[in-house]
Amino acid sequence: MKQAISFGQAVPRQKKPRLLRELAKNKYIYIMLVPFLLFYIIFMYGPMYGAMIAFKDFTPKLGILGSPWVGIKHFEAFFGSIYFWRLLRNTISISLQTLVFGFPAPIILALLLNEVRQAWFKKTVQTISYMPHFISLVVVCGIIKIFTGSEGIINDFMVQFGQERRDLLLDPALFQPIYVISDIWQKIGWESIIYLAALSSVDQELYEAARIDGAGKWRQLLSVTLPCILPTIVVMLILRVGSMMNIGFEKIILLYNGNTYETADVISSYVYRKGIQEFSYSFSTAVGLFNSVINFFLVLSANTISKKVNDTSLW
Amino acid sequence: MIKRSVGERIFEIINIIILTLLGLIALYPLWHVLMASISSGDGLARHTGAMFVPAGFSLKAYRLVLETPMVLKGYGNTLYILVFGLALSMTMTILGAFALSRKGLYGRKVILLFIIFTMYFSGGMIPFYFTVKNVGLADTRWALIVPTCVNTFNFIIMRTGFEAIPVSLEESAKIDGANDFVVLWKIILPLAKPIIAVIVLYYAVGIWNSWFNAMLFLRNRELYPLQLVLREILIQNDTAAMTMGGGDADTGMLNEVLKYATICVATIPILVIYPFLQKYFAKGVMVGAVKG
Repeated sequence: MKQAISFGQAVPRQKKPRLLRELAKNKYIYIMLVPFLLFYIIFMYGPMYGAMIAFKDFTPKLGILGSPWVGIKHFEAFFGSIYFWRLLRNTISISLQTLVFGFPAPIILALLLNEVRQAWFKKTVQTISYMPHFISLVVVCGIIKIFTGSEGIINDFMVQFGQERRDLLLDPALFQPIYVISDIWQKIGWESIIYLAALSSVDQELYEAARIDGAGKWRQLLSVTLPCILPTIVVMLILRVGSMMNIGFEKIILLYNGNTYETADVISSYVYRKGIQEFSYSFSTAVGLFNSVINFFLVLSANTISKKVNDTSLW
Repeated sequence: MIKRSVGERIFEIINIIILTLLGLIALYPLWHVLMASISSGDGLARHTGAMFVPAGFSLKAYRLVLETPMVLKGYGNTLYILVFGLALSMTMTILGAFALSRKGLYGRKVILLFIIFTMYFSGGMIPFYFTVKNVGLADTRWALIVPTCVNTFNFIIMRTGFEAIPVSLEESAKIDGANDFVVLWKIILPLAKPIIAVIVLYYAVGIWNSWFNAMLFLRNRELYPLQLVLREILIQNDTAAMTMGGGDADTGMLNEVLKYATICVATIPILVIYPFLQKYFAKGVMVGAVKG
């Protein structure tokens, strides 16, 4: 994208003729862009325009423009509601847990795989670990539901330890652990690909040198391997932090229920429930907009840090 | 050849044991589902604990699943969305990526910013819902095709791929009088086949997995894609449509087996194909990662 940035600085003073000349020269290119840009205008920027209903009392009958303005009423209602802190707490708690447990998991897997000499064994483990990535979310949640049900396999084991059979997804204390553990299962293999690639580009001579200096496996890991893949780790970490408010709410909607809202409900699942199921259109749009704005600033700061640390930027 | 020390040998053995255990843990849930799906109704009802072989044997659940109209219709609708969705997504993404990979295109920087901005900011679920409704797509299968037809991440991968193609090739074609459409069709597309394969796969997986938009936009059950049908069966516990025909006691016991069989019917086709496509997927991850 470097070229794109330097381009456009050399805009000459007589803008119009240049523009026309450009259009004529690249007319087919601009024709190609028309449907593409229309898509973005209608389905990406259309909703951004529509988000103004967050500041109105929207009813479908009056339409976006016809509905009366109400200022920041809906935002105030949200910040003042008892749900605000609960949603924020759950959103941050679930993201932090997936970060703390889910982020190192693929790195460890990649490090272990990297030490395997038998190519067939490595390939088999990789193929198995990618598998959950290819199972649709609905099916993954279906499996979780069956396994955690009162007749499911997890209960079969808990009974051995004197526990009573119960539906684990009805227990608010267990929702987040179930979410996080299954998340690791879904993603560990797929996310290890990037680290494996980074590992494969580590110069083998560094290991030779370390061996000659008498470094054992552990020493090699600390002094050669980790420093070499650190840039990749840092970039992935920053990206992860940048999307913290962006939890996979589809999985939450599939797994939660009235009993577990206390620990399961996050901002986006609340938006869905309020807006689509309870028809509080303006209010839920305000909640969603709040989430989008926070998200945007998180990504922006993540990108700024990434630029400083690593010279790698998203744009 | 360097001689390995005893310590290293021990390390290697432990490493392989750990990975084997991890692999088995990752694989177990799927194995359990497969074994339970070919169990008999009462066998599964009596069974507790881990399952390595089927409890009893019966394929009746598969027959019932495959005879359920909703499942078949769901497959049909998903196939419809896949075919038209892929055609539209690929056309749009290729045109956009090609146009915006032209160096020195006037306005390119602004347009790219305009597009990439949407990756990080969106109007939200409710305005999106009304946008699609207002365009008149609600309650049609096109609601699952058009509003999500370009994925910005896929567009970036594709554009990166196009940019890697040397300019000299198209320049010579241009001298011969070819216009941009001809250049794209005759020169760029044949050279970009690997990256196109990656993107086709990414879109296909996305379409196959999506259910949320279908839930938002479809009222007519006849139009439900497979994943939404699965949601009713697996998440909302609704197997009535399948057991209705049976009526006897044995069919009643099949309830649990039916869920397992449904999972298999919806998943096995993918898991059978995927090891062959694995390398393409992985390649996409790499290209995407380079660009961030």
